[in-house]
Amino acid sequence: MRISTFFYTIRQGFRNIFRNKLFSLASIATITACLFLFGVFYAIVLNLQNMVKTAEEGVSVTVFFEEDTDDATIEIIGQRILERVEVAKVVFVSADEAWESFREEYLGEYADGFTENPLEGSANYEVYLSDVSLQSDLVTYLQSIPEVRKINQSQSTADMLTGFNSLLGYISAGIILILFGVSIFLISNTVTIGINVRKEEISIMKYIGATDFFVRCPFVVEGMIIGLVGAAIPLVIIYFLYNEVVTYVLSRFSILTSLLVFLPIEEVFTVLLPLSLAIGVGIGFIGSFTTVRKHLKV
Amino acid sequence: MADVTKKKRKKKGRAGDLKNIITLEHVSKSYETGSPALDDISLKIEKGEFVFIVGDSGSGKSTLIKLLLRELKATEGEVKVLGYDLNRIRRRKIPMFRRNIGIVFQDFRLLKDRNVYENVAFAQRIIQVPSKEMKRNVPEILASVGLAGKYKARPKQLSGGEQQRVAIARALVNKPTLLLCDEPTGNLDPKNSLEIMKMLEEINQKGTTVLVVTHNKEIVNSMEKRVITLKRGVIISDEEKGAYIDED
Repeated sequence: MRISTFFYTIRQGFRNIFRNKLFSLASIATITACLFLFGVFYAIVLNLQNMVKTAEEGVSVTVFFEEDTDDATIEIIGQRILERVEVAKVVFVSADEAWESFREEYLGEYADGFTENPLEGSANYEVYLSDVSLQSDLVTYLQSIPEVRKINQSQSTADMLTGFNSLLGYISAGIILILFGVSIFLISNTVTIGINVRKEEISIMKYIGATDFFVRCPFVVEGMIIGLVGAAIPLVIIYFLYNEVVTYVLSRFSILTSLLVFLPIEEVFTVLLPLSLAIGVGIGFIGSFTTVRKHLKV
Repeated sequence: MADVTKKKRKKKGRAGDLKNIITLEHVSKSYETGSPALDDISLKIEKGEFVFIVGDSGSGKSTLIKLLLRELKATEGEVKVLGYDLNRIRRRKIPMFRRNIGIVFQDFRLLKDRNVYENVAFAQRIIQVPSKEMKRNVPEILASVGLAGKYKARPKQLSGGEQQRVAIARALVNKPTLLLCDEPTGNLDPKNSLEIMKMLEEINQKGTTVLVVTHNKEIVNSMEKRVITLKRGVIISDEEKGAYIDED
């Protein structure tokens, strides 16, 4: 293929967009609407997942030791716990720190009567999990350590978070699939209408001796540009809308500030930006490629 | 360099050395329903001939044109055009085959959103003619059909006769060996029809084989060329310097 022919087909792709303004606008609007919904849903799912993850990180298992366990053994056990895959963090709480915390939280000034630490021998590890669904594995392991006297855990919280997380995964996968299917259906319909209008043009090209590639190329370029623009518009809207919505939600539901941990837009966009652009360009490419094929048999 | 010359020679050679530009041997074409559109027809058209194909609606003229362009494939028989066996030609080779044929339609089939120059240049772009050559060839061919001054006009700004001239210029710009004209005067008044036919005759005199499918009795009778008459898919007459057979 000559370079001039290559640039000609690219140029024709751009020109086609302006020649068929109405069709181009309809296609761009369809892709924009679909990918806007997709982007909004993706941002919501990503934030929900982040909130669940933050909640999971707050779930800890507390490990108490037999009274005669020396500090060196406790430290070795701490190291072993930390080495486990499901463990994110291990925090040592000495007996004094435990008493201090208990006193502040529950007794206040009534604690003045205590001259000795009543929680002597309550040195413990607070073990934070990286994957809360593996809490029972960790507990089984901890129970097998002879020096461990007692383990405090909240299995119901762990189970609820695990269940919620997988439910969220299923729902988001389902909705994303439905949105994707609807997008492809709408977009290919719009592209089909646009190309049907120009089937005579395609037949003229074929009669003159144009190859399938030569006929198809401008349409594919056009489809990809429409897809790209259709994907870029919702991204820009989401980019500017996101912070506004986050600020509004945080001010409206200030009581839930600790629970509502929103991701920065940059983090949402690390996946959403390339994914949306790829979907837009991909749909434009596939839609125009397959629709033109129907008219090439002249 | 040697390869290029060889390729060029080969491309020219295919039609260049042929005596018969079109050969049909016992060709039939049936559609899924109804009687056959063409029924066991055989004909030969030699290089440099000017031939009219005439017949009423349903006589098989359009099917014949479609077979010659390899838009359709014959159900039976052999169709050879410009040395290509159209029953065996591969799909990807069809564009190369069509580049040797100029085609003119009744309804002109110009690209409405492009001007006269672009409509003609389009045929050159398809065969990837370098820009420099294209800029020389297109004005030249437009001048030869009398439209040098209207290269910027859009098809809808032109009369029917002018639009058909653009279509002829587009068909000729790649210097085809065969020119197929499907009812070229069907949408034109008598004056324009005559001018177009004169133009086709001149093209033929310069060596291009011309095949004209038409209903136009006056033109066929006035030009005294070979006339092949089709009726219900069968050739009922094939005469040198023939006339339109009036069935009424």
